[in-house]
Amino acid sequence: MAAAAAALRHGARVTLLEAGYNLGGQYWRHLAHERRGAQEHRLHHGWSTFQRLRDEISGHPDCDVVFGASVWAIDRHDDAPPVVHVMVGAPDGTDREPRSYTPGRLILATGGQERTLPFPGWDLPGVFTAGAAQALAKGERVAVGRRVLVAGAGPFLLPVVSSLIRTGATVVGVAEASGRSRLTRGWLTRPWELASASSKAGELGGYLKDLVRHRVPYWTGQTVVAAHGTDRVHSVTLAALHPDWTRVEGSERVVEVDAVCVSHGFVPRTELAIAAGCQLDEQGFVTTDAGQQTSVPNVYSAGELTGIGGADLALAEGEVAGTTAAGGVPRPLLVGQRKALRNFATRLEAAHGIRPGWQTWPDPGTMLCRCEDVTVGELRDIAAKTRSRGLRSLKLTTRAGLGVCQGRTCGRNVEDLLGPNLLQAGRTSRRPIATPVRLGELAATLTPEREDPLP
Amino acid sequence: MGPQRLPVAQDPVAPRDSGPLTITVDGAQVTGQVGQTVAGLLLGAGHVSWRTSRTGRPRGVFCGIGVCFDCLVTVNDIPDVRACQRRATEGDVVSTEPPTRETPA
Repeated sequence: MAAAAAALRHGARVTLLEAGYNLGGQYWRHLAHERRGAQEHRLHHGWSTFQRLRDEISGHPDCDVVFGASVWAIDRHDDAPPVVHVMVGAPDGTDREPRSYTPGRLILATGGQERTLPFPGWDLPGVFTAGAAQALAKGERVAVGRRVLVAGAGPFLLPVVSSLIRTGATVVGVAEASGRSRLTRGWLTRPWELASASSKAGELGGYLKDLVRHRVPYWTGQTVVAAHGTDRVHSVTLAALHPDWTRVEGSERVVEVDAVCVSHGFVPRTELAIAAGCQLDEQGFVTTDAGQQTSVPNVYSAGELTGIGGADLALAEGEVAGTTAAGGVPRPLLVGQRKALRNFATRLEAAHGIRPGWQTWPDPGTMLCRCEDVTVGELRDIAAKTRSRGLRSLKLTTRAGLGVCQGRTCGRNVEDLLGPNLLQAGRTSRRPIATPVRLGELAATLTPEREDPLP
Repeated sequence: MGPQRLPVAQDPVAPRDSGPLTITVDGAQVTGQVGQTVAGLLLGAGHVSWRTSRTGRPRGVFCGIGVCFDCLVTVNDIPDVRACQRRATEGDVVSTEPPTRETPA
């Protein structure tokens, strides 16, 4: 949204492809128009910024907003802009309208998704990602449970607590995996650097007030290491963690809940960037120059794709990308804001980034790939027996990551479990078809002129 | 216990009453509000799972943003629709089993 608005301000004509029914993405996910709330700002930080951007974009004569737009492929051409293939219509329908765009400039802002680490029982119904709890609270006014525990790492746990409380749930506690000393080192070293990212501090302060007001305990250096139940979760085991996130034996305690929300970190959704040929860094993020241009000329990127930094950084990067893509020069103040917010993102990783000790949480029977029902034990056994170091062959022999989600949920965990000597690391994020398309819909996109003649 | 939709009268967000919307799920009626997704309707009515995995483990909503494909349902005979992504429309016929495929003669 920020990129579109900035590009419009600099005189560009803009097509905004939105996969959902509303603008606002995951961060400002909100009720359907028919249900819009008079007090919806109570669930959001920066709601007035969203409203301003929405009004600027929606009413603009040079902006075409396409809702229900699933980009399923990008064709790369060496000497011409990439072609963007889209299905427009109700999600996963059979009669969506195929469209192709050949923009002069392409800005990718596909965001991130949660990375959830496996633990015994994590595939039981009632275990949700924290993002699911957030989406259901903001977009549906549904609380995922009545007694809810929130666990994982990072400041994102806090807005989830606030949303759950405002949706009628009781939050029994928040378990932050990082210990007190690491949090202190990450957040309180060189505090003056944080001053210029003060909007973030204000946002977090608001969430902390909710914790205090509703007496929600915040446990550091602890996490959920097991969820219990037969067909749904009825309790979880919390354990203390060492600094490397291995569990402290004997520290376990059981808490009764009817839902648990987990969020261990975020990974970028890079399918389209990879398809467009954009270079990624060692952590799998899209690399960009000062103007947010990727390694591919005329292809820009902003937000979680370029590094996990949250909504404020995404807004700043989006504004830079939209400005430069439209031929403008970003304001120095904006560039300074981006720098301060990137510093915030670096601290985020230092204070909350995933530590390898999580690999001690699952037992051999713990589900790893939820689509194909491959356990952690099966993956380890087959890797040991075949002595294979090739990710591709292990995927085929174990079926981990071969299911309908295409390894989106388990890919990084599979790679971590297979260890540092793995060949083709990073491969689990390569998906030429970015979102599932039905064969019938694909066939309908082939016009007679485009079919290859029979030999 | 379990998931629930917050009644409009208790909601600090003060949503508009968009009116009721009813779908059938495996033959049973499920009612929610106009503007909800199929998953929102199901969870709001207290259902926590509605599908089974390859080895028979129960599955419902996990990621809630269309990434994990845990929540797949059949909507009006179209299989493999992500319930968390699809907005429900009045009278939708939802089945938690894939449609039986006709074998070609």
